[in-house]
Amino acid sequence: MQTRRTFLATLAGASAFALAACGGGSNDAAESTAAPAAAAGDGTDAKGEGVMTYDEYMAAAVDDEVVIECFVQATQSWWEDKITIYAADADGAYFIYNAACSEEDAAKLVEGQKIKVTGYKAEWSGEIEVAEGATIEFEDDSTFVAEAVDVTDLLGTEDLINHQNQKVAFKGLTVEPSTDPDGKEVTFLYNWDGSGAEGDDLYFNVSKDGEVYSFTVESYLTGVDSDVYTAVRELKVGDVVDLEGFLYWYEGANPHITSVTVE
Amino acid sequence: MMRAKKLTNRSLAMLVAVVLSIVLSACHGSQGMAAFEVPEQWDTSKTYQITFWAKNDTNKTQTKIYEKAIADFEKLYPNVKVKMRLYTDYGKIYNDVITNISTNTTPNVCITYPDHIATYMTGTNTVVPLDTLFADERYGLGGSELAFDGPTQDEIIPEFLSECVLADQHYAIPYMRSTEICYVNKTYVEKLGFTLPDVLTWDFIWEVSEAALAKNADGTFVVNGQKVLIPFIDKSTDNMMIQMLKQRGAGYSTDDGQIEIFNDDTREILQTIGEHSKSDAFSTFKISGYPANFLNAGQCIFAIDSSAGATWMGTDAPLVDIAPDKLVQFETAVRMVPQYDPADPKMISQGPSICIFNKQDPQEVLASWLFAQYLLTNDVQNAYAQTEGYAPVTSKAQESAEYQDYLARAGEDTSEHYAVKIDATRVLLDNAENTFVTPVFNGSASLRDASGQLIEDVAKSVRRKQTINDAYLDDLFDDVLSLYHLDQMGGVGAAGGKELGPLPRASKILIGALIVAWIGIAAVAIRDELERRKS
Repeated sequence: MQTRRTFLATLAGASAFALAACGGGSNDAAESTAAPAAAAGDGTDAKGEGVMTYDEYMAAAVDDEVVIECFVQATQSWWEDKITIYAADADGAYFIYNAACSEEDAAKLVEGQKIKVTGYKAEWSGEIEVAEGATIEFEDDSTFVAEAVDVTDLLGTEDLINHQNQKVAFKGLTVEPSTDPDGKEVTFLYNWDGSGAEGDDLYFNVSKDGEVYSFTVESYLTGVDSDVYTAVRELKVGDVVDLEGFLYWYEGANPHITSVTVE
Repeated sequence: MMRAKKLTNRSLAMLVAVVLSIVLSACHGSQGMAAFEVPEQWDTSKTYQITFWAKNDTNKTQTKIYEKAIADFEKLYPNVKVKMRLYTDYGKIYNDVITNISTNTTPNVCITYPDHIATYMTGTNTVVPLDTLFADERYGLGGSELAFDGPTQDEIIPEFLSECVLADQHYAIPYMRSTEICYVNKTYVEKLGFTLPDVLTWDFIWEVSEAALAKNADGTFVVNGQKVLIPFIDKSTDNMMIQMLKQRGAGYSTDDGQIEIFNDDTREILQTIGEHSKSDAFSTFKISGYPANFLNAGQCIFAIDSSAGATWMGTDAPLVDIAPDKLVQFETAVRMVPQYDPADPKMISQGPSICIFNKQDPQEVLASWLFAQYLLTNDVQNAYAQTEGYAPVTSKAQESAEYQDYLARAGEDTSEHYAVKIDATRVLLDNAENTFVTPVFNGSASLRDASGQLIEDVAKSVRRKQTINDAYLDDLFDDVLSLYHLDQMGGVGAAGGKELGPLPRASKILIGALIVAWIGIAAVAIRDELERRKS
C-alpha cells in the first residue's frame, strides 16, 4: 500500500497522458523543465511582507493558512489545472500538493523558478505539505537550485525526517533483490508488490550496513521515458549505487529517486 | 431549499438541445459503427487478438488470477489471444477509454463501472448491448456451444445484474461486488464504556467518537495513550454522502439524470459533519490518510472503507502499511455502514463490471463475449473473490462447495481465511437485498464526485476556522454545481434551476437555419405531391 497515495494521482497520469497525446508534449514534467532563466542565487533572499520563513512554516499548525516563497525544484505531471511541486529555499524544502495551476503556468514552473504560494498546511500520512488547492504567484527576482544533501548516514535514524522533502543524496548503497509475484528475485517491481506494469512506479531495494530500504521512482515525477526510470530497470543485484531524489514521506521515508549512478 | 421548477429559458434551451441532439446524433450515427449482430457461427479458422483492460487493487494475487484466466481461456479457444493491460484505478481506465473512443482503439473487453459506461455510450454503437448475446442458445449465458461451464442468466445474482442495465438494456455483466464496511476497534469502544451494537447508527458513531476525544493532562488521548487520534475516518466520502441520503430517503438524482442532491437533507448532513470535523472527531482519507493505517496504529476507532480493502484492516491484517512497531493489538469488529434506521438498512453495492466494445468484425466481438463470459466461471469468480472482501456475482459460484468451504474456514489463518476479510464479505452476502446503486446516466460519475466534494469541503473549511451556515452552504452548492458541470446535465431539481439567459447568437442562427431547411423540405414535398396529383 506504500503507493496507495498514487490512487489520488492516477487520474492525473491518465489526464496528463491524454493531454500530452493531444498536444504532442511529454507527461514527464520533471524532464521537460528547462535550465534556470537567470543566474542561480543562494536561496537566502529576504522574504516578502507577510511571507513565512521556513521555520515559521514548520512551526505553523496543520490547517493554518501559510504563505511561503520558495524555488521550484521539480514538478509532477500537470493535470486538470493542478500541479504538484517539489520546492525549496536555503533553509529547507516544501511539498506543494496539487496547487491550482493552468497548463500555461505549469510550463513556467521550471527548476529554480521563484514562486509565492498561499494555501493551508496539511499532514498526510506523515508528509508535511501545502494542501491541495494552493495558489501560486510567480516572482522573478532570483532563482535557486538546491544542492542535494548527503543523508546516507541518517538512513534508519530519527533525524532523517528533519530533511523531509529536501533534495537528498544516498551514497554507496547496495542493490538488493525484491520478490516478484511469482516468488522470483528481481531488481525492481512495478508498484510496491509487483502488481503493476511498465509506466507504473518502480520500487527497488537498497541496503546499507545490512539494513534494507525501499526506494521509489515516482512515475509522475520521472516517467517511463526518463533516464532514472531506465537506469533502475537496468540495475543488477549487488550493484553499488549513488542515488539522488526528494525525501518524500509516507508512513516513513519514501524517497522519490531522480538519479542513479552505478559506481 | 427546494424550489419549484419554472419554464425558464433554461427549459427552452434544454428542449432545443434535445431536438438538436437527436438531429445531430442522427447525422453522426450515419458515420458510426454498425450495430453488432451475433454471427451465425463462431469462426475457428481465424486467429483473433483481443485486448482486456483490467483493474486490480494493487494486488499481485489478482494479477495472477487474471493471467491464469487468460491462459485457461486460450487453451479452450486456441484461436483467441488475450492481451491484458493492467490498471490499479477505475478513473484511469475511464480516461483512457474516453481517449480511445475517438480513434476507434478501445479495448475489446474492459473492467469498468456502469457510471462510466453511460459516458462511453455517447459514441454510436460503441458499447455492445448484451441482451441478444445473453439469450443466444449457442454462445449465450449457459449456451450449448460454450467450451466452459459458465453461469446461466438465472444464476447471476439479480440485484447485481440489474445494476448493468442502461437505457433498458444490459450493457455490462457484473464481475465482482463489494460494499462499504465499518471496521471497528471494538476494544476501544468497550474501553470507552459502550457496547457495540450489531447494527451501527450514525448517532452511535458520533457519540462514541466525541467521547473518545477525552485527553489526559499530558495531552495524550485517554483511550489510546497517544497524541494522535481521529475517532472516525471515511475513505470514500462520495459513498458516505450517497448512503446517508439514501438512508434518509432524500434526493440524489432521478433515473434520467435530474440532479436532486442540493436539498435540505444534504444541508443537515453537512452541518452534522461540520460539527464533528470541528471537534476533530471525524476526518477523511483525502485530508488525513488511509483509515487502515490509523486503525491499525490504534489512532482510529471507526474506519469505513470498501469490503475490498478488508485485507488491510486490523491488527492481524495480511497487508499492513505502517511500521511493525506502530501496530497496536485490538479486536477488530466488522459491521455494515452506520444507519439512520437499523430496521431498514441500506448500503451501496459497488465493484467492477465488464463491458464489451464494438468492433467492425462481429467475430472479434463474439470472441470478446466468450472471454467476458469466461470471467464468470466458478474458477475465476471463486479465486478472485477470495483475494479481498468481494462477493462472487453468481449463485453458481456462491453456492459452490469450494466457496462454502472458504467461508466456513473464516479465521483459520490470517491470510487466505483472514476473518475480517470473510466477515466483510458476509455483510454483503447477507444483505444483497439491502444494497442499492445510484442511477446511471451521462454525467452520473461527476455527480458522484460532487457528492464527496461537499463533505471534503465542509470538513476542510471547518478545520480552517470557517463557519458552516446557510450562506456557506449556498456558496458551496453553487461552487460544486459549477465545478462538476452539474448545471449542464439533465436539470437541477433543487437549489439549481438557474436561468441561463438568452440563447447565444450562434444557437439562434443554427435553429433558424434548421427551421428554414425544414420549411424548404416541406415546401418541396407539398409541391411534389401537388404535381403528382395533377398528373
